[in-house]
Amino acid sequence: MLDKNGIAKRIAKEVKDGMYINLGIGIPTLVANYIPANLNVVLQSENGLLGIGPFPTEDNIDPDLINAGKQTITMMPGSALFSSAESFGMIRGGHVHLTILGAMEVSENGDIANWKVPGKMVKGMGGAMDLVASANNIIVAMQHCSKDGASKLLPDCTLPITGIKCVKKIVTDMAVLDVLPEGGFKLLERAPGVSVEQIKNATAGKLVIEGDIPEMLI
Amino acid sequence: MINKVVAHADEAIRDIPDNATLMLGGFGLSGIPENCIQALLRKGISGLTCISNNAGVDDFGIGLLLKTRQVKKMISSYVGENAEFERQLLSGELEVDLIPQGTLAERIRAGGAGIPAFFTPAGYGTEVAEGKEVREFHGKMYLMEHWLRADFSLVKAWKGDTAGNLVYRGTSQNFNPMMAAAGKITIAEVEELVPLGELDPNQIHTPGIYVQRIFEGENYEKRIEQKTIR
Repeated sequence: MLDKNGIAKRIAKEVKDGMYINLGIGIPTLVANYIPANLNVVLQSENGLLGIGPFPTEDNIDPDLINAGKQTITMMPGSALFSSAESFGMIRGGHVHLTILGAMEVSENGDIANWKVPGKMVKGMGGAMDLVASANNIIVAMQHCSKDGASKLLPDCTLPITGIKCVKKIVTDMAVLDVLPEGGFKLLERAPGVSVEQIKNATAGKLVIEGDIPEMLI
Repeated sequence: MINKVVAHADEAIRDIPDNATLMLGGFGLSGIPENCIQALLRKGISGLTCISNNAGVDDFGIGLLLKTRQVKKMISSYVGENAEFERQLLSGELEVDLIPQGTLAERIRAGGAGIPAFFTPAGYGTEVAEGKEVREFHGKMYLMEHWLRADFSLVKAWKGDTAGNLVYRGTSQNFNPMMAAAGKITIAEVEELVPLGELDPNQIHTPGIYVQRIFEGENYEKRIEQKTIR
């Protein structure tokens, strides 16, 4: 089983040179730590920045420079700043190549639920609905099962959905899976020490297994 | 040039009535009109509808106006960690409209630019789509969304001149430029008010045509919500 950093490390392997990438809050934010230094990529923050840099040191904290999680950040050389309308214009217009975000549930046809749990306090969807509706390529980073052991890869989402038929790939603590256009989770890789049988038992939605499933290299 | 300078926040917001619809700039606590919020607290008007991406925290930003029960309705994309907000929402004292962030930004932009409605894919197939016109363009489904406009927009910039031209700094720009254009009366508070000619016209973010009143704010706290260091 992978820990959060392991999931982030595996997702970082999906990053290609020249990409503009939007990273969601949580595990996706950690992906930035594992992007190989020889790749030139630009991280987008939907509150109005292309070119997120590392977190600041104590003496260069700037309250006018935050990411979408409201954390203090720095800018890379060559950054650009803009308004929220411009920012979502570039998201909606399909200019961002890769979106990585967390989820509470994903269905076998690629629906995602990650914004609301009925009966609990509802905080809002923020930019998630805009991102999933327009992204060219969406990778979900999440645990395979919830804390009480229930599968998060389902035939249909049970929670209110954020977007339909949008997730392309899922990286969990147990596996890497593609969402097939015709529906179903295609198992691509196993996490170190995790068997196909364990993944079968942890996946409630349709699981497609073809041939030997290799252990992921991270 | 038309001189739009007022002395301070209290003068700037003097005629905002009860039950007004306000836009307040900012993302989280970054780029919020701190001085105007303090003046609204002093003036004590109530029944406000506040259009703002977030609702501040318990003891800062719009959270202060929630505490004094001056807000009737919030129109936001994410309302975050705010205990008083949660209490008022669950008890039915406060109405809330949650809108996808890009849709919120574009509805405000549309309001300022005179576009009464537009189509966006955000929220299609979700509960956000309930009651909205759906249309297919080039094989993809879109929702019709309407513009948003306000009686007063309260925006915060880094620098401004006496003609109301504004320059923002860092990610504190966020919703401020669109809100400046979407308010019937737009009040800009700036960290530094400069004479005409001092700002480079090539670098203006918000042209002064959108701004009716401007003043230099004081005692900016610029509170940080999530201090994160290396």
